[in-house]
Amino acid sequence: MAQTPDQATPIISMRQVSKFFGPFQALKDVSIDVHLGERVVICGPSGSGKSTLIRCINRLEAHESGEIIVDGITLTNHPASLEKIRGAVGMVFQQFNLFPHLTVLENLTLGPRRVLGLSEEQAQARAMTYLERVQIPDQVQKYPRQLSGGQQQRVAIARSLCMEPRILLFDEPTSALDPEMIAEVLDVMTELASSGMTMIVVTHEMGFARKVADKMVFMDKGEIVEVGPPDEVFTAPKSKRFAKFLQQILNH
Amino acid sequence: MKRIAIFAPLFLLLSGCSGNWGWYVVDPTTTNGWNNLRFMMTGAYYTILLSVTAITISVIVGLLVALPGLSEKRGWRALNRGYVEVVRAVPILVLILWVYYGLPTLTGITLSVFWAGVLALALSDSAFQAEIFRAGIQSIDKGQYEAAQSISLNYRDTMRYVILPQAIRRILPALGNQLVYMLKMSSLVSVIGMQELTRKANELVVVEYRPLEIYTILVLEYLVLILIVSAGVRHLERRMAGGDT
Repeated sequence: MAQTPDQATPIISMRQVSKFFGPFQALKDVSIDVHLGERVVICGPSGSGKSTLIRCINRLEAHESGEIIVDGITLTNHPASLEKIRGAVGMVFQQFNLFPHLTVLENLTLGPRRVLGLSEEQAQARAMTYLERVQIPDQVQKYPRQLSGGQQQRVAIARSLCMEPRILLFDEPTSALDPEMIAEVLDVMTELASSGMTMIVVTHEMGFARKVADKMVFMDKGEIVEVGPPDEVFTAPKSKRFAKFLQQILNH
Repeated sequence: MKRIAIFAPLFLLLSGCSGNWGWYVVDPTTTNGWNNLRFMMTGAYYTILLSVTAITISVIVGLLVALPGLSEKRGWRALNRGYVEVVRAVPILVLILWVYYGLPTLTGITLSVFWAGVLALALSDSAFQAEIFRAGIQSIDKGQYEAAQSISLNYRDTMRYVILPQAIRRILPALGNQLVYMLKMSSLVSVIGMQELTRKANELVVVEYRPLEIYTILVLEYLVLILIVSAGVRHLERRMAGGDT
């Protein structure tokens, strides 16, 4: 795996990336750099392409043009490069996507055992470490449906962490949660951010963005409209579109 | 009143009062009747062995045929469609005759009655199994594949550990159906001389000339076998209900 000792070299680099769904262009010549340890929050109205953008980073969606380089590897359809990328990039989904037929412990050990080749004991020890980190070590033998939404999402975060990725992507991690469970997931994410994990988070939780983001990205209609440190962009948005969006979500 | 109206004639018919019944051929209290019953029941061995072997093969072949049907590549899907459409269109009886009498001429390999029967039943059923598996796998949420990809699982492990365990739970009732169907269709292999339940009954009819009683027993034999299978499948469904939503 390529190391990036040079802080100037971004760990994720997207250059003029375009993505189409049929005739609909979801991403229009998007370019963005993310550096190691950076926390990026992406927001924007629905259909703005923010989920598509991060799904291109671990190639759950294939881009049609432009270039994406992740951890020194250029994204192509080559299976070996895919495997490497997905080893380096973890993802947390809106709908959790835990494996319903497996216990919490089995959800966490599957990847480390099958992909990283850990023994059962090693994988379980690692699973317990990360379950403690997301504060649910006492639910290991339960099935996902026996947990609350907030607990399920924290298990999903732990499942990603068990692969020890260099980058963690969050695709609207709190959008499917009841309001009272949002805080417990955001707390875990805040703790992760403070530990130096490189994170790209698609969310509308502006309080969280203000607290942890190094870089705010506002997208609309498949384009990156505005990028900047949260303090700057929140207090003085440069574009009308972002100002209007902020007004809508902050004053509803 | 209604119930009596239905059951009275049925009772009269079965009790032999119509005068046409001769239960003595299968009366277990007489030596001859007992021997006849035992002779009929020995066929159960091959009926079960034939069905279980055939369904085991057809499940494996069905899965292997279903997988290309789920591919994004048109060529693979065409292969799946072709197999399913052609195999599904051949009547089982015709397939049994073709495999037993036709295949040796074509290949030079002579199959025993048993293996010809297994091959024909498994082949025929595999087309249906392929469709069942395809539907079951397609019913699994796309998010499950994405989660598997996000932890870097390859295609084989994704199928083996994530998709198939969930799909099989969902298609278990359909698989039970196919096993019941297979048990019944195995009776057709009697035409090439397989010594299973139906063949035994036929042989006894020739000796005793009491088709009504003997075939009634045959019906009951299949009924008992299939009730056992149904109970087994239901038990399995309950046991596997475990973690699924």
